[in-house]
Amino acid sequence: MLKDSDRIFTNLYGMDGWRLEGARRRGDWDGTKEIMAKGRDWIVEEVKSSGLRGRGGAGFPSGLKWSFMPKEPTGRPHYLVVNADEGEPGTCKDRDMMRNDPHKLVEGCLLAGFGMGADAAYIYIRGEFYREAENLQFAIGEAYEAGLIGKNACGSGYDFDIYVHRGAGAYICGEEMALIESLEGKKGMPRLKPPFPAAMGLYGCPTTVNNVETIAVAPTILRRGGSWFSSLGRENNTGTKVFCISGHVNNPCNVEEEMGIPLKELIEKHAGGVIGGWDNLKAVIPGGSSVPILPKSTCDTVLMDFDSLKEVRSGLGTAAVIVMNKSTDVVAAIARLSKFYKHESCGQCTPCREGTGWMWRVMERLVIGDAEIDEIDTLLDVASQVEGHTICALGDAAAWPIQGLVRHFRDEIEDRINTRKQSTVAAA
Amino acid sequence: MTAHSQQPDDFAFDDAYGAEAQKIIARYPEGRQASAVMPLLDLAQRQHGGWLPTAAMNHVADVLEMPAIRVYEVASFYTMYNLEPVGENFVQVCTTTPCALRGCEAILDACREELGIDVGETTSDNKFTLQEVECLGACVNAPMMQIGDDYYEDLDADSTKAVLKALRNGEAPEPGPQSDRKGSEPAGGLTTLTDSAAGAGG
Repeated sequence: MLKDSDRIFTNLYGMDGWRLEGARRRGDWDGTKEIMAKGRDWIVEEVKSSGLRGRGGAGFPSGLKWSFMPKEPTGRPHYLVVNADEGEPGTCKDRDMMRNDPHKLVEGCLLAGFGMGADAAYIYIRGEFYREAENLQFAIGEAYEAGLIGKNACGSGYDFDIYVHRGAGAYICGEEMALIESLEGKKGMPRLKPPFPAAMGLYGCPTTVNNVETIAVAPTILRRGGSWFSSLGRENNTGTKVFCISGHVNNPCNVEEEMGIPLKELIEKHAGGVIGGWDNLKAVIPGGSSVPILPKSTCDTVLMDFDSLKEVRSGLGTAAVIVMNKSTDVVAAIARLSKFYKHESCGQCTPCREGTGWMWRVMERLVIGDAEIDEIDTLLDVASQVEGHTICALGDAAAWPIQGLVRHFRDEIEDRINTRKQSTVAAA
Repeated sequence: MTAHSQQPDDFAFDDAYGAEAQKIIARYPEGRQASAVMPLLDLAQRQHGGWLPTAAMNHVADVLEMPAIRVYEVASFYTMYNLEPVGENFVQVCTTTPCALRGCEAILDACREELGIDVGETTSDNKFTLQEVECLGACVNAPMMQIGDDYYEDLDADSTKAVLKALRNGEAPEPGPQSDRKGSEPAGGLTTLTDSAAGAGG
């Protein structure tokens, strides 16, 4: 188990003060100027060597992403945009970071922004997180007042501004191009890539979009060294990660653990185990609603990191672990996610706009067994026509839970259809 | 759309909201003031008692010098803008899978019973509107509901009713987990961060 001395989010639960005084006590803003004095390239190289991969779901190497930003001034502003539009069902980690440890994010914005040569950061926070935005805005105010950001940030000679932008209820804005559109004052409809944000992002300027956790861990990595971070976890899956454990566990919680912890250990050590015991486990969605579900047999041994979960045809996603015990109607649980994606589709691409509604309606019938057996294959066929055929990944995210369900629980769906048929015949 | 009788003829930011609007506009670069459309719509909604009449959208369009149709597009795209009146307390119960696994149906039923209305309805005294919403991002504290700007978490039927009763009586029930927890830590004792001096720090 990860030692407390290797935990980054030491105020994850808000037991200590979240304001500047508490943050300084926990080591934030310590030697920030000296870190900046080592230079832009040093920061990017250190993050590259830490092995940090994006914490928002896709897992792209963060240092590499930062290095895509122009090396020289372009005559236009350069931006860091922080994706705090946390809305992936199961996920509630960024919320804790912003309400209980906002200075980690504020300092991270400065250091990451400096590393990539940005002039300012916009933090796009989901609109429903009103209280969290209040804390974050307060922390930013404290940082300005203390000279930590703004003109000559930390006495470094570098000017850097940070702004909070509240969303207004749209899951799609968690997609980076939709987020940029939304930040520009438009409907959150994703743009085609390329051009990528590093070339043409916010206001057509070079932009990098990163998840809250990715930015908030950066100061600690730079202070303790990339080699410290990369010594945790395993190769290509390094560092610590905040996991959100929800659903049928005795003690649902958020917890920071070492990347690669066995799923079973994570649930049993921190979440008090599955309700009814491990043998009462039915399935787990290991990385937020978009990733395919895993049956118990896989959960017995799988490790919680990018590559291990990919090997079992799922994903780490946002590391939001949704636990379902044997009392769960697993078809209904996935059907509810289909309803979510139907609701959240922005309507821009036909396969997603039409497909999410179509898939949801079939899923609702499968819940009660009101279908023909061959409709399961038709459903898979439609899912595969949505997947990979849309501008953004929402189409994929709508298809994957259904594909995972059929892969592991096809028998259950067929049983339901057959049972209904027999009872209809018996009644007639 | 809303009945015409409910639509006021005019809307303008009052002094306090107007000053806040100018502060927000200053966050965006010169010529990019359209970026402020979402926060300004939010301010207008707050000033107008929780919903956005057409006059308010038109006012925001004027302030930001953008076509009114662009403002309507934004207002109708995002779920947090209410284009019809809502009660004083806007109760939104999350029913997405993580909350469903923890019994959100019982929370919805408790709301129906306590308020005497169904989802999508407003009480006759205009104190409460009940709505079902998608994931609000507090999944380890499920089931939960949002009322106004606050989250009420770790709910059961009794605590849900208690929160609603308190609001009806004009009290301010404490937001957050309605259990013994402070936040997202495991109930029944910390499993990490027990050595407060040992953190990795900044």
